[in-house]
Amino acid sequence: MNTQTTAESEQHPIEKWLRSERMPHMWCAGCGVGPTLYAWIRAPDRVGIPREKVVYVSGIGCCGRGSGYLNVDGFHTTHGRAIPFAIGLKLARPELCVSVISGDGDLFSIGGNHFIHACRRNVDLLVICTNNFIYGMTGGQLAPTTLLGDRATTAPYGNVEPSFSTPHLADAAGAVYVARWTSIHLRRLEKSIAEALQMKGFRYIEVLSPCPVNYGRRNKLPEPDDIAEWFRQSSVIRNGANTSEISIEKGKPLILGDFVKRTGKPTFYEVMKELEGRVKPR
Amino acid sequence: MREAVQTGRHFWYGNIAIAEGAIAAGCRFFAGYPITPASEIAEHVSRRFPEIGGMFVQFEDELASIAAILGASWAGAKSMTATSGPGFSLMQENIGLGIMMEVPTVIVNVQRGGPSTGLPTLTAQGDVMQTKWGSHGPYEIIALSPDSPQEAFNVTIRCFNLAEKYRVPVVLLTSETVGHSAGKVVVPPEDAIEIVERKKPKVPVGEYAPYKPDEDLIPPMACAGEGYAFTTTGLTHNEKGYPDTTAETQEKLIRRLNDKIRSHLGDIVDVTEENMEDADIAVVSYGQVSRPAKKAVEMARENGIKAGSIKLTTIWPFAEHIIHKWAKQVEYFIVPELNYGQIYLEVKREAAGEAKTLLIPRMGGELITPTEIYNEIERMSKR
Amino acid sequence: MQTSNKVLPSQRVKASRGKIHIIKERCKQCNLCISFCPKQVLRRSDDINEKGYHIPEAIEEPEKDKICMACGFCEVVCPDFAIWIEERIDK
Repeated sequence: MNTQTTAESEQHPIEKWLRSERMPHMWCAGCGVGPTLYAWIRAPDRVGIPREKVVYVSGIGCCGRGSGYLNVDGFHTTHGRAIPFAIGLKLARPELCVSVISGDGDLFSIGGNHFIHACRRNVDLLVICTNNFIYGMTGGQLAPTTLLGDRATTAPYGNVEPSFSTPHLADAAGAVYVARWTSIHLRRLEKSIAEALQMKGFRYIEVLSPCPVNYGRRNKLPEPDDIAEWFRQSSVIRNGANTSEISIEKGKPLILGDFVKRTGKPTFYEVMKELEGRVKPR
Repeated sequence: MREAVQTGRHFWYGNIAIAEGAIAAGCRFFAGYPITPASEIAEHVSRRFPEIGGMFVQFEDELASIAAILGASWAGAKSMTATSGPGFSLMQENIGLGIMMEVPTVIVNVQRGGPSTGLPTLTAQGDVMQTKWGSHGPYEIIALSPDSPQEAFNVTIRCFNLAEKYRVPVVLLTSETVGHSAGKVVVPPEDAIEIVERKKPKVPVGEYAPYKPDEDLIPPMACAGEGYAFTTTGLTHNEKGYPDTTAETQEKLIRRLNDKIRSHLGDIVDVTEENMEDADIAVVSYGQVSRPAKKAVEMARENGIKAGSIKLTTIWPFAEHIIHKWAKQVEYFIVPELNYGQIYLEVKREAAGEAKTLLIPRMGGELITPTEIYNEIERMSKR
Repeated sequence: MQTSNKVLPSQRVKASRGKIHIIKERCKQCNLCISFCPKQVLRRSDDINEKGYHIPEAIEEPEKDKICMACGFCEVVCPDFAIWIEERIDK
């Protein structure tokens, strides 16, 4: 056996992407953000995107803190505004590979309007939502993704509001790639991210993600690996499923897969450049 | 196809002059949302940008617009948005982000009457204090106010230059009156326009800390995609840009964000002093009110009253050293403004113990006339 | 995996083996690596880190087929980037 090893092979493979001096990170035991980021950060290498072009924009919340942990250009912005901030970055420097990775509250409650308009415009972004069904950082309040009947600190008698099925929302608003995985379906998630990174336009991946502390403890899933176990036992992969039929309900299968792949839809940048081409020659 | 810099003589609305000033300053990213009385800026930019390779986006709201211009600036573009009171209110949170992340960008506020929906089509100057204090937390910002289409053109370029130099969002605080009045605008040749670019890092990639300031308290700015792999946040952060939410870091960072503006008052503050040498009464004005104020001072001089005028083109940081200087000479400061006393409070603060300060308020909707200002000058001169 | 052996030249088939590395101070004892290891190689140890978390340990029992096959799942599922697999090929 060849015992000669380089420094890189003697460390965790994520180390070169990580601001190691900031470890351990702030996320709780069993949190789904870490695995999601690990799947994301490995994807650019797989598809040959150079690291200096990789940009990570996040909003506010637990997942928002991710942009400060990875060794790429990272922007931790304001609550709900990661997508428009990222649009500015991408349109001003189109060669960048810009991903928004943020939580369900950030992207679909306070930032919901930006999400649907970015889908509609087909801005060239990859948006990954770590959906943990709750407001984690602020202490377990009701989110627009909290399931009916679930308890939250602001829904102490159980949630009475219907939740968003975010892949359906993305599909209806015109996203060109829509998928859903969980933070334990990591091979598939990584493959899905790699595929999405090679596409152009607005691409959306929902990653169901455990929040053991602020969701699990209040909803009979108290151990750090209970929610992961729920995902393992309930998940059914159904690629190409109709997004109107995949809403998440307790006691029913969690439908995962890549649901939407639209081709031929020009991106916002492309239509603007085409317009410029028409205007410039007079 | 037209050139970026429209060298020559034009008859432009103030709003058009702002759009052309931005283009001449190198602005190539504009994000905005329609609002009266600022929409002409977005409309003009949407027509002009395809000619010169700029990127115009009409966003879904002002929240997105301000976020996008911050993002675009981080990608190296000179960026701008334009709005009026209600939209300016919506932008406040991300103005704070721009302050905290130290992002050069320009926000145009074409003021209208408020609060709330107020007077959409009529003028006001009610957002002066909001510009200074609208976002939460203690901060300094730069705001300039033009009095005419020509000055709107010039001041817009200066807004971009100051934003780039000090790494700060700069507010162009104009109003409906200036935006919707037409006048002669002379655009100089391109090479006669001074353009300032942000400081870039001079250290190797591994040694770059995005918030390590130079002696002037301003840190050099890397942009996304340049290989520095930096991180930035709206959280209180250390020189590396890492969140560091402690009292010590807060003290150091927030003091620097304020001091980088306060310690450069002489460079930033632009005032025009007229007839002040022997003045007993000084009219302090800004924006469109500077024009009747100037006229009123002329009327006073014709009637033998020793009045002078101090016109503030820089609203924030406040020209406290200027007021402080003249407070030793004059007996009265008269401050006409289209609100119920905002810059008046600043003048009064600086004049305290030396001179008296009088407010001529108007809540908006129409200008204060030269005669109204003159009448107050005359009344004061007889005391 | 009998079917695989039939289609591949047997002398060229080499089973992957893994060496498990644990970065002790990053572990938060979430148990995911343990509950998701397909070969049940990992278990909670008595060893605790600075923050008081019990870190996992690898106990291989070849006779029970408890051998790290370097599938790397513990590495990707670990929320804390605290465990990783060095793949080695057995001769």
